[in-house]
Amino acid sequence: MNTNSNTYTVIYTTILVVVVAAILAFAASALKDRQETNAKLEKMKTILTAANIGDENADWAALYQKHITKSYVLNPQGNVIDGADAFSLDMQSEYALVKNSPEKARLPLYVCTLDNGQQVYIMGLYGAGLWGAIWGYISVEQDFETVYGAVFDHKSETPGLGAKIAENEFRSQFKGKKLSDAGKFSPVKVVKGGAGGSANGVDAISGATITSNAVGTMMQQWMAGYEPFITLQQKAAKADKE
Amino acid sequence: MDKEIYRKPLFKGNPITVLVLGICSSLAVTVQLKGALVMALSVTVVTAFSSLIMSLLRNTIPSRVRIIVQLVVVAMFVILIDQFLKAFAYDTSKMLSVYIGLIITNCIIMGRIEAFALGNKPWPSFIDGAFNGLGYGMILVIVAFFRELLGSGTLFGVQIIPAKWYIENGGWYANNGLMILPPMALILLGCVVWVQRAIQKDLQE
Repeated sequence: MNTNSNTYTVIYTTILVVVVAAILAFAASALKDRQETNAKLEKMKTILTAANIGDENADWAALYQKHITKSYVLNPQGNVIDGADAFSLDMQSEYALVKNSPEKARLPLYVCTLDNGQQVYIMGLYGAGLWGAIWGYISVEQDFETVYGAVFDHKSETPGLGAKIAENEFRSQFKGKKLSDAGKFSPVKVVKGGAGGSANGVDAISGATITSNAVGTMMQQWMAGYEPFITLQQKAAKADKE
Repeated sequence: MDKEIYRKPLFKGNPITVLVLGICSSLAVTVQLKGALVMALSVTVVTAFSSLIMSLLRNTIPSRVRIIVQLVVVAMFVILIDQFLKAFAYDTSKMLSVYIGLIITNCIIMGRIEAFALGNKPWPSFIDGAFNGLGYGMILVIVAFFRELLGSGTLFGVQIIPAKWYIENGGWYANNGLMILPPMALILLGCVVWVQRAIQKDLQE
């Protein structure tokens, strides 16, 4: 048979591509459930870590069930959108809105009940780092002013430099910071050269200026969206006290 | 079968240090041993099986679309590996991110298919592919061993350098930050080539 004729080449490549496509389609659909479960568990892990819950080998699905008692989707006017599911919100597409038309964005809010009964509120973050996406969650205490915890992750920041935002050393700095500066609402700032003892600044990572700045920008962009809701809650929390 | 088929890809014909193929990924995935090991295994599986398949098909392939047929077969194995890692080793898959997909551009695979599998029977082709993958993996693991140990003080994520040696704990030791950056992989790779050529004098030009 002449393996160089046009007909042979066309038939040969067609059959090859169909066979390969069938194998890949089968593999993709067979593994889809497992992959989605993995992605979900990863998200649960990140959310819970923002509230300082769980360790390396925790059962994240069970912990999530136990601690995340409620979740809401907020609009940037500070109202809860009825019927929307916070967990399935695609943060990447919301980020495009937060950046370009913030009034249309939808923002996730998770209510987490700690072992001691205290409630903390977890808010989502998503932004652009040096090489790829960065994202995270930040949790605040019931006064909506004191940061309870934060967590960050990244797609492809430089190992040893920007990638350090995902390490405990960086994220643990956020605990106890205030979402206010001189009486006014202000997101936590990432300060180059050291924040000192500042109540709403954390130290940037040396050698990773762009990633550190990106965390600061991400914080500002998203907190601007959460601000109306946070101010309302802060007022309510103060009224409760009095 | 000639014993050379096993020995050559590991030493005298090592894809990285002698043929200088697959350098790019060996710089990117050698920060940690775990990543290097998974990458090494993935590349071995891909080279072995795509060499096998290409060797089985070698007499039927229209020569004008030869390269495209190779690409399709290699790409299929790479996507399968990527899907399997995502399903069964999510953390590792996240760590290796795009580099698993980039196995397809690893010159070793197409190089071995072109140079060996298209002219040899399936079983020797499979062995040739597998051992070239292992030769690649061996260098990856050597480089990753030094980069992880000297750059992070750990091996497979386990702390090896005693914590009390570190300056922040009052000691005298600090991790070498340069080790974590890609340029250091190139320098270490150079050292491996140096050592190999010092031992195997017939490789010296």
